[in-house]
This record gives sequence, structure tokens and C-alpha cells, in this order.
Amino acid sequence: MGTRLNWLVTIAVLAGLAAVPFFVGTYKTTLASQMLIFAILAMSIDVLAGFAGRTTLCHGAIFGVSTYVVLYLTSIDASSPWLAAVLGILAATLVAAIFAILAIRTAGVYFLLLTLALGMIIWGICLRWTSVTGGENGIRSTIRPDWLLDSANFYYFTLAIFVVLAFAMWRFVNSPFGLSLQGIRESETRMRALGYNVSLHLFIGFTISGFFAGAAGALYAFFNGFVSPTTVALGQSVAALLMAIVGGVGTLFGGLVGSIMVTAVQDIVSVYTDRWSMLLGLMFIGAMVFAPEGILGKIRTMLASRAAQARPAGTPPNQQRR
Amino acid sequence: MTAFLALNSASFAALLFVVASGFTLIFGLMRIINLAHGALYLLGGYVGLVIGVRTGSFTLAVVGASAAVALVGCLVDVGLLRFVKDNALRQVLLTLGVAIVLDDIDLVIFGGDTFTVPVPEFLEGPVSLGGMYYPKYRLFVLVAGVAIYAALWLLLNRTRLGSLIRAGVDDAEMVDAMGVDIKRLFVYTFMLGCALAGLGGVMGGAFLTLYPTADSEILVFSLAVVIIGGRGSLLGAAIGSILVGFLATFGQVWFPEFAYFVIFGPMAILLAFRPLGLFGKAA
Repeated sequence: MGTRLNWLVTIAVLAGLAAVPFFVGTYKTTLASQMLIFAILAMSIDVLAGFAGRTTLCHGAIFGVSTYVVLYLTSIDASSPWLAAVLGILAATLVAAIFAILAIRTAGVYFLLLTLALGMIIWGICLRWTSVTGGENGIRSTIRPDWLLDSANFYYFTLAIFVVLAFAMWRFVNSPFGLSLQGIRESETRMRALGYNVSLHLFIGFTISGFFAGAAGALYAFFNGFVSPTTVALGQSVAALLMAIVGGVGTLFGGLVGSIMVTAVQDIVSVYTDRWSMLLGLMFIGAMVFAPEGILGKIRTMLASRAAQARPAGTPPNQQRR
Repeated sequence: MTAFLALNSASFAALLFVVASGFTLIFGLMRIINLAHGALYLLGGYVGLVIGVRTGSFTLAVVGASAAVALVGCLVDVGLLRFVKDNALRQVLLTLGVAIVLDDIDLVIFGGDTFTVPVPEFLEGPVSLGGMYYPKYRLFVLVAGVAIYAALWLLLNRTRLGSLIRAGVDDAEMVDAMGVDIKRLFVYTFMLGCALAGLGGVMGGAFLTLYPTADSEILVFSLAVVIIGGRGSLLGAAIGSILVGFLATFGQVWFPEFAYFVIFGPMAILLAFRPLGLFGKAA
């Protein structure tokens, strides 16, 4: 894909996203905000899953830690939601760093297993530590400043943050450091032989990816004003991972596509049935069996095979633009 | 009090062993982390509940639930997992999807209420143990756990199927090359592992009760057991179960708000030194 095409697509998508509040009502605008928030989460998972080759099942929990901290702090002192947001993101990043120390020793399914267990610890604490987390009842707190109460304003606020974070993630995965993560994904031993400190790189990659998940979580606190153990439960991580997979693992912006699709399906289906979770499971099975490379992944493969000089097999793809 | 808790821990460990041994068998031989294992446990519990209530026979409930769950496992393996044979990650995520679907089916049929599988009359009530009264059924679970350990040990060490499974755990490709139908072996092992989950569901459903999130709780405990014990090791599963059973039971009494921490702290530390678990072998 040429650079010019990339710019055109980027501008068209941004224009399309910016135009959303003009064409749809309050409810759909709110839904669009939700899509953007979960897109950040899905992309943060893709940073790790797609580029470092480490599929995680604890990012929903890291996301939720941030939401919990923000809402807990504002429920005590509502005067400074922004400070709470900063502290929430810090807390999530810290949790991610601790998880990273434990998890980077493993790879493949062991990594998945361990991150699943680590995420469950967060869930267990949120459920049982009732004096702080409110247990099953969760925490409710109104934290949006007046100018964010309007759904269109909140959408633009979310969009602005999304654009900044998405750009940051895109820069991150295409930076020399991001390339080293891709190298680790392709061959850990080779990277080690080349003199890279694989553990340190994975640790930093995991922590930064957790930072982005935490940022999405803080945004979610503003969006929802309520948090309960469901937010940190395995289902959250699964849904976000599904978004990353549906969009295409390793494409980064697939997270946005996946989030839009999964959230839209959830919204449409919820009108007809309560069986959203069964559908989520079926979508998961379907994605695994039929389309493991996702939508953007499929498009990219098609474009790559159409290009006359296809890259030699096994070369890591470097152009992750839409 | 401590003796009471210790017995509680031991009987819980026995249940964990039954469930986790199935998990570790599948993981060990097929390299599949079956995240639907918890859901199969709960499904087994519900099937046992229905059979137990209808027929009044605990034995029938145990047999029926194990068979039903083994059948479901067979369908999952033959019908779904074979499409993603070559990719471990896709297999795991697929079983996660299966777990979500099974749980939702349970929820449709049984709702959010808590159920208890009926136990046979002679196991009801307490028994006096040196001045302490203890539920007979939990002692039965303890004995059953030990018996199942012995049975599995005999199966793995004294039968042809068992030696094939053990060989497959060490080197599946070589077993295949020697002319053994490894695909069939995989299906049998998967069914056996699932049957153990279903059996555990009936056993656990009678004293831990059945409710919609019981599956993820037992799954997390099983994960901890297998992470501690190591992939595919029966002894590892037994030791892991005892460790997790005691930590979970005493943790819940001593630090009710951080019970999960008490289990996963040691697990994390162990993992830092032995990433493959106590008895795990490199793949």
C-alpha cells in the first residue's frame, strides 16, 4: 500500500468518525463513544498479541483496575476527576508491570494461562474486598464535568483521546523498539543471539500496553460512571480480545474495526434477545475456525498477494496502516 | 477448628484433583488447554442434578453425568477442535468460546439459582470423629478422590492405553510414527478428561452447590493446580490439588477478602523458579 493511499484512508476514516454526531442521535453517539473506548483496549491487546506474539487474557482486568481507581477516588473526593484519572492510569500501569514480571517468563499457551489466572486475581479482589470496591454492588460516582455531559461533546473528547492514543500506539509498534518486539515474536532465540535483552523488551512492551489499557479504563470511568466486578471479569478480556481478533491481530487498527463490529452486533442483538453472551461465544468459535486472521488481516493478505512482488514468506509485515 | 478446616481442605483437594487430573491429562497429551473444563464441570453437575432428582440414584447421576460430558467433549474435539489442529492458541481460544456458550445454555435452562445434587441417604448427615462432628459426604469425597487417583494411576501405568498416553505425553510424533492411531488416542484422552470434569461436577455439586459462576471458580483452581503441578503429571496434579486445597480453605478463613491472593502468590513465586511447574517437562 502506498503512503498516499494510507493518508487518504486515514483522513477519510477520521472525517467519518468526526461526522458521526451530525448523522445519528444521542443514543448512537454514546454507542460510538463506547466503540472508541473499547477500540483503545483492543488495540492495546494487539500491541502485545500482534506485535510481541503474546496473547493476553488479563487486559480487561488492567483496564478495570483503572476504572475502579478513578471511580473510587472520585467517590471520596469528587473535586478532581483528572487527578483521579492520572492515578487510575498509573495504578493500571503498575499492575501491568507486576503482571509483566511474572508473565514474560512464559510464552504461547502458558502465557495465556498465566495472564488468565492473574486477571482472575483482580476479579477476585474486586468481588471480595467489599469495603473498598463495594463487592457485587460496585462503585457509582458522577465524575463528568458539566461540559462533558452532552453526548456529542463527550464523543469528541473520546475521539480526541482515541486519535492521540492510536497515533502513539502506531508510533510505538513501528518504532525501533516495536520492531524488536516483532523480532521477539518471530524468534526469541535469534533476538537473544543478536544481543537483545528479550525479557526487558517484553517487560517494557507489556507495561506500555497495560498503560494504554489503563487509559481506556480511565476513559470508561468517565463514560460509564459505574464499575462492578463484571468490568474486570474474564468476559471483558475475552470480548476485547475477540475485537482484536475479528479486526485482525497484528494490524493494530483492526482493533477499531473489531470494536465497531462487536459493539454493533451486541447492540443490535440485545434488542431481540438476552443471549448476548452465547452469541459472543459463538462469534469467538466462528472467528477461530473460519477467520483467524480477521478482517483487516484478510484485506492485507489479499492486497499482498495482488502485489506483483510478494514478500518472501515469513518476513514480518511492516506496514500496519489501514 | 483447625482439624475441621484441615478435613475441609483435604476433601476440597480431593475434588480439585478429580477435576484437575482431567485437565492435566488433556493438556499433557494433546497440548490443549481446555478452558471449557470448568464449564464441563458445571454441565456435569447439572446433568447429575437432573438424573439424581428424577431417579433418586446418586450412582446413576455420576455415571450419566460422566458419560454425557464425555460425549460433549467428543463432539467438541471431533466437531470443532480438529479445524484448528495446528495452532495451540486458536485451540485455547476456541475452547474459551465453547465455555461461554455452554455456560449460557446452563443459564437458559437452570437460571441463576443455586442447586445441590442430592446425595444418597447413607452419606447424609454428620459422623462423629473423636468428639468432632463432620459431614459424611465430604469424607466420602475424600475417599473417592484417593480411589480415583489410584484408578488413574493403574490406568496410566498398568494398561496399554495408559502406556500409549504416557508415551504420547513425552513425544506424540514418535508414537504416531510407530503406527499407533494417535488421533483415536487423542479422542479417547479428551473424552476421559472431560468425563473426569463431569464426575467432578456431580461430586462437587453435592457439597459446593451449583450456580452460574461455579465453573470459572473451579477452572481457576484447576489452572492453579496444573500450573503448580506441571503439565500432564498425575502426581503433580495430586500435590498441586493438596496445596491449592489447603491454601484456598485456610486463606478464605484467615483473609476472606484476599483469598485469591493466597493461592496465586505461591503459584507466582513457584512459576518464577520453575516455569513448567513442579513435575512439568519441556514440550
